Amino acid sequence: MAILEVKNIEKHFGKTEVLKNICFSLNQGEVLAIIGSSGSGKTTLLRCLNFLEIANSGSITVNGKTIFDENIKLNDKTIRKNRLHFGMVFQNFNLFPQYTAFENITLAPKLALKNGIEIGIKSVEEIEKNGDELLETVGLSEKRDFYPCQLSGGQQQRVAIARALAMRPDILCFDEPTSALDPELTGEVLKVIKELKGNDRTMIVVTHEMNFARGVADKVIFMADGIVEEIGTPSEVFGNPKSEKTKAFLAKSLENI
Amino acid sequence: MDLFFEQFPTVFSALNDGFLQTLKVFIVTLLGALPLGLIISFGSMSKFKPLSAVVKTFVWIIRGTPLMLQLLIIYYGPGIILHIYNFWGQAETGRFIATIVAFIINYACYFSEIYRGGIQGVPHGQQEAGQVLGLSKSQIFFKITLLQMIKRIVPPMSNEIITLVKDTSLARIIAFQEIIWSSEAFLKGSYGISGAVWPLFFTGVYYLLFSGILTILFGLIEKKLSYFRS
Repeated sequence: MAILEVKNIEKHFGKTEVLKNICFSLNQGEVLAIIGSSGSGKTTLLRCLNFLEIANSGSITVNGKTIFDENIKLNDKTIRKNRLHFGMVFQNFNLFPQYTAFENITLAPKLALKNGIEIGIKSVEEIEKNGDELLETVGLSEKRDFYPCQLSGGQQQRVAIARALAMRPDILCFDEPTSALDPELTGEVLKVIKELKGNDRTMIVVTHEMNFARGVADKVIFMADGIVEEIGTPSEVFGNPKSEKTKAFLAKSLENI
Repeated sequence: MDLFFEQFPTVFSALNDGFLQTLKVFIVTLLGALPLGLIISFGSMSKFKPLSAVVKTFVWIIRGTPLMLQLLIIYYGPGIILHIYNFWGQAETGRFIATIVAFIINYACYFSEIYRGGIQGVPHGQQEAGQVLGLSKSQIFFKITLLQMIKRIVPPMSNEIITLVKDTSLARIIAFQEIIWSSEAFLKGSYGISGAVWPLFFTGVYYLLFSGILTILFGLIEKKLSYFRS
């Protein structure tokens, strides 16, 4: 069964339609890359999954449980609970500057524990042990007590990935995770994402890194003007695109490489 | 010079009494204006337009008129306009209460604008990062935004608070017996001393020492918060 089912998502800001009839599904352990030019709606789609934007219609189902559709009354509490199915890694990291790497990772689980929000961790000791393990996963154990301003962009983004994982989301979303990084730092972040794929993590990655999308993703969506213009395996989308828009976009994106 | 040394003990003791009143105004104003300013800043940032319009107009009036004028209106207004005499209480008590009411309102408006800048200066991404981690609105404010906001507002707040030290002297206009008033008494004649100007000038030493201490204190706070950058 699909872990994620997105059906007929529509989103408009005023009169501007940003997302039109978005449908796709994702299986456990699959990596979905979303590509497309700026303004095509990629980021808005991710933000709808995380409830940073509320879609106007359609439905989102995770593990067979519908967490969003037009008929579900959303209050602050249900939004807080439902969005925890998704983790989010931002383009600009958005680490909390006043906390160390370790504190950034453990803050939200500790607050969840205090509030009785179920994330499958039962004690502060377990949260802290988990925090140290996550730092190891992203290769930053020695930076445990460093503040974000003492870390490079690539290191900050790796802490942000660990922070998102600490809440044990079903699906981890990345919004252009390497766009704010110097070219020589993108590799370390992409490497972590590849390793997560090895651990059977379900992920959605909005990216401009075409080689990454082609090499790592199981499924690729090309978005244009708010619609899913093309969807398929990397070899289908990159090797044999059907839509003219996809062909034009790929020609432009790949000529620089 | 002999006269100076002769007068000094009497003047010093009177100025100390006056400075104590100055300190009282300073402290009570801060205690009232620091929290009230936060409420006003939330009002001016409210998404409910009529509320934010009313609050913004109020802040404009208070910041757009002299504190001295506000002090006079608050102290004399109830008597002259409403014919309610001793509205603020008898004699010195009444003058003190009127003074702190005027000061708290005035400073809360200035603080509210500093708070607003501090709150709006924290990048929106911080709030979103808290949201996607399942934090509640109040957790986001207290655990994430607040300290970043405090770091941002320390320099403008220290400026404003040092201004408050000196603004307390405006209470002289309604004859509140703060340090300037105490020193002027020796011009007119008090404790057998009259025509002495030096006590008035000497009050500057009190203001300088006090603002010096505050400057050092705010420097320490800034240093304490320098471990992170936002």
